[in-house]
Amino acid sequence: MKFKKQLADGVIYKNPVLVQLLGLCSMLAITTSISNAIGMGLAVTAVLTCSNLLISLLRKVIPEQIRIASFVVIISGFVTIVEMLIKAYLPDLNKSLGVFIPLIVVNCIILARAEAFASKNGPVASILDGITMGIGYTLALIVISAIRELLGNGTLAGVNIMGSSYKPMLIAILPAGGFIILGCLIAGMNKLLSMTGKKKKEPAHTGDTLVTEKKAKEGTENA
Amino acid sequence: MLKDILLIMLSCVLVENFIFSRFLGCCPFLGVSEKPGTALGMGCAVVFVMTLASAACNLVYNFILVRFHLEYLYTIAFILVIAALVQFIEMFLKRFVPALYSALGIYLPLITTNCAVLGAVILNMNNYSDMPLGQSFIYSVAFGFFAAVGFTLAIVIFAGVRARTEFSAPPRSFKGTPIALVTAGLIAMAFSGFSGISIG
Repeated sequence: MKFKKQLADGVIYKNPVLVQLLGLCSMLAITTSISNAIGMGLAVTAVLTCSNLLISLLRKVIPEQIRIASFVVIISGFVTIVEMLIKAYLPDLNKSLGVFIPLIVVNCIILARAEAFASKNGPVASILDGITMGIGYTLALIVISAIRELLGNGTLAGVNIMGSSYKPMLIAILPAGGFIILGCLIAGMNKLLSMTGKKKKEPAHTGDTLVTEKKAKEGTENA
Repeated sequence: MLKDILLIMLSCVLVENFIFSRFLGCCPFLGVSEKPGTALGMGCAVVFVMTLASAACNLVYNFILVRFHLEYLYTIAFILVIAALVQFIEMFLKRFVPALYSALGIYLPLITTNCAVLGAVILNMNNYSDMPLGQSFIYSVAFGFFAAVGFTLAIVIFAGVRARTEFSAPPRSFKGTPIALVTAGLIAMAFSGFSGISIG
């Protein structure tokens, strides 16, 4: 039951990207294709879960004054591990994500969850929090990259969707398009939240239906 | 050498602007760009820290990490250097230049988690670590300085535009960050005009 609530929070009501607006830098930079988005999402989820677990285990040991510094060291340790794994087993992904893998260290999501959740809750809840927030982050990344890849390249995860006569809308892949599409998505999310808020807080449905709804809506808006 | 520095300047400030083409430092870009004054304050603090961090991390990489074959620990080493440097600058300014401290004070702690600083340092390592020591040091410092100048330029321009959108009436769901992001996209479009300049 509690897990369900956490999942709904992570994916919709407190979605790290679309509602809390955390970690926008790496997000804008790597969402030019779905495969990048999935790779980055999984990397962040792994780091988030591990660092949440370790920080919540150490939460009584770390002194109050130097907690931020300790969090940063713990997080950068896990980022280094993830980076070495990606370098060893997925060299293509490493090449396309480039400098943004080590930059997971300064991704605000991880430090924010460490400070707001893991340093106050037990290890099991913290792991769940890491996983659900990670899922929310990954889904948001996938939605944005799907829109950008489809409009800017005519493909979806490398498969040609729009047919050969489609002239790619290059702006969607360029930085400018990234900013604009993200702005529209956040606005759509605001609209959605205010609409569901009016309906006397219906029990949350599963995340997928909402996300696909939103995606369809955004698709029509952008096209 | 001088020509290369000039090229670094042109590419960092305009063509490959940190915010508009590399997406580094978007969080403070959206966070403290409400007024041109605070944006300039943040920009100055970033110029200050990024130049010093580029120098410090270059030395740490070349003289500690490479010497002891610990290159793979660069993420941890750099973030620690940056955090310590920010703390040190804060203490130094508080003690010796109180006027500057009260101007930059609130922005300094934020810079530790600014991905532009760590990003610049890592890009320096990727691009310039194969050069002779002196040259790599000078190039790194120049890159850090000019990248920060580009960041400041972007954030000040954006704050100026944003001050005007405050008075306009966008659709309700667009209020706040979404309209700011769309605005940023339009400015980025203007900046992408510079990418027509070929460098090299």
